[in-house]
Amino acid sequence: MKGRGKTRLERNDRLVRLALLVVAFSAVSVLVVITVFIIEQGTPVMFKYGLKSFLAGKDWYPSEKAFGLLPMIIGSLYVTAGALVIGVPFGLACAVVLTEFSSKRVRRVIKPVIELLAGIPSVVYGFIGVIILVPFIRETFGGPGLSVLAASIILGIMILPTVISISVDSLQAVPPSYREGSIALGATRWQTVKMVLFPAARSGIVASIILGMGRAIGETMATIMIAGNAAEIPGSILKPVRTLTSNIALEMSYATGEHREALFATGVILFIIIMVLNTIANATSAKRRRQP
Amino acid sequence: MFPRVAGLLLALGVAFFPACRRSGERADLTLAGSTSIQPFADKWAEVFMESHPDYGVNVQGGGSSAGIQACKSGACQIGMSSRELKGDEKDLVEIVVARDGLAVIVHPTNPVRGVKLAEVKQIFSGDLRNWKLLGGPDREITVVTREEGSGTRGAFQELVMGKTRIFRGAITEDSNGTVREIVAHDPYSIGFISLGLVNEQVRALELDGAAGNEANILNGSYKLVRPFLFVSLGEPEGHAKAFIDFVLSPEGQELVRKEGLLSVR
Repeated sequence: MKGRGKTRLERNDRLVRLALLVVAFSAVSVLVVITVFIIEQGTPVMFKYGLKSFLAGKDWYPSEKAFGLLPMIIGSLYVTAGALVIGVPFGLACAVVLTEFSSKRVRRVIKPVIELLAGIPSVVYGFIGVIILVPFIRETFGGPGLSVLAASIILGIMILPTVISISVDSLQAVPPSYREGSIALGATRWQTVKMVLFPAARSGIVASIILGMGRAIGETMATIMIAGNAAEIPGSILKPVRTLTSNIALEMSYATGEHREALFATGVILFIIIMVLNTIANATSAKRRRQP
Repeated sequence: MFPRVAGLLLALGVAFFPACRRSGERADLTLAGSTSIQPFADKWAEVFMESHPDYGVNVQGGGSSAGIQACKSGACQIGMSSRELKGDEKDLVEIVVARDGLAVIVHPTNPVRGVKLAEVKQIFSGDLRNWKLLGGPDREITVVTREEGSGTRGAFQELVMGKTRIFRGAITEDSNGTVREIVAHDPYSIGFISLGLVNEQVRALELDGAAGNEANILNGSYKLVRPFLFVSLGEPEGHAKAFIDFVLSPEGQELVRKEGLLSVR
């Protein structure tokens, strides 16, 4: 009797394990299906016209079979870099203030409020950009207003919650003894932040920046609304710009044949860029876990 | 980050198959194609089904090219195209169901009232960059165009640009509405939209001295006119014929006139 009961338990156990395995793999298989699908759809046209014409071509005229993605690749990089220039200093400053220069009560109120920023839909950010920021830039600096600058500012704000919350977590994870030791040696609080906390929390901060970068490069709706979408390498930050994601979303509704495949090719390139960023982010956060 | 990527791609996949999105109910007749014609076709279908309650008419978008392809492959009985047929598409039977003018629009405060068609071409090819050369203020022209693949852009390319490319630095938007919105807020911009969609927020320019109105289009002095086509594989029959007869009837044409298009009768 005892033996049979055990077998049944074992059998149940195996069943549950199998069911969990199936569920776990179905999640992974979605990724596999997507990867295979976009590569299968996107690469033939890339090889047909040559990888070089895709990556280095400056003309995007799909109706004339000109599929140069260089303006969009550079556009994505410009806008992302701009978002970091604006988002990272503000984000880090905010994280330092929250962890080092404010009371627990203030932190308990401010941090959830910042995280709420992440919950605002991107179309709302885009709308605010179009209504307030774009006319402001047009009237103050000239140009059409729809520009690299506008997109950088809005994306910079959009990555704040990512940068702040992960930086706060990693600054808080620095053992209190580090802080106390530094203060005991006569360092001021700012010196402690600069020379002890930042180095100790470095990999966490780097991870927060890279995740923010991923958010900026993947953003579509807000960018389409405020970047102007001109398929040209922008000559200044007041010129319009088109990102890889905008290129796909802007044209997918009417694209057919090779035009559609070229949009998938845009997706392949975006996919590769995001994969690289993700790998870097994983590597740095793995390093963080190994540290005390 | 993966779920975000996956979400984007999934959305992409769904969006690439617009024909799959709106099936359902019973459809005796399916129309697909140009999103410029779609709102009018919806209107026709609605009125048509009131007088023919036993017919189900299903109207889908997807763009001119997709509609023509769908018609060729038999996925829909009538394809809608807002550009002329080209190449091997010419095997299809085409019926002009309405005409639509294109308007070149500027901000209402712009002192420039009219331009030559050749100047419009220079503006959009990036050769003419300042309003001063047209008698306006000394400001750079903000050029707003539509995205590649759009029927409106296709018509503009054909009617104005010919073989010349629209220059790369032009701001690109994905609907008539956003083009109008941008031009309405930027005093130095220029764009093109469907004539029926011009409202008090923007001003349509006179082209070669002719304002975009019905009289000028009929006497041929206003050149930016495109046909709205229904295409079918062979002569339309059955439900398709009944629907097209309705569209071309005085009642059907009156509907499009009310919406700002030009009738073909």
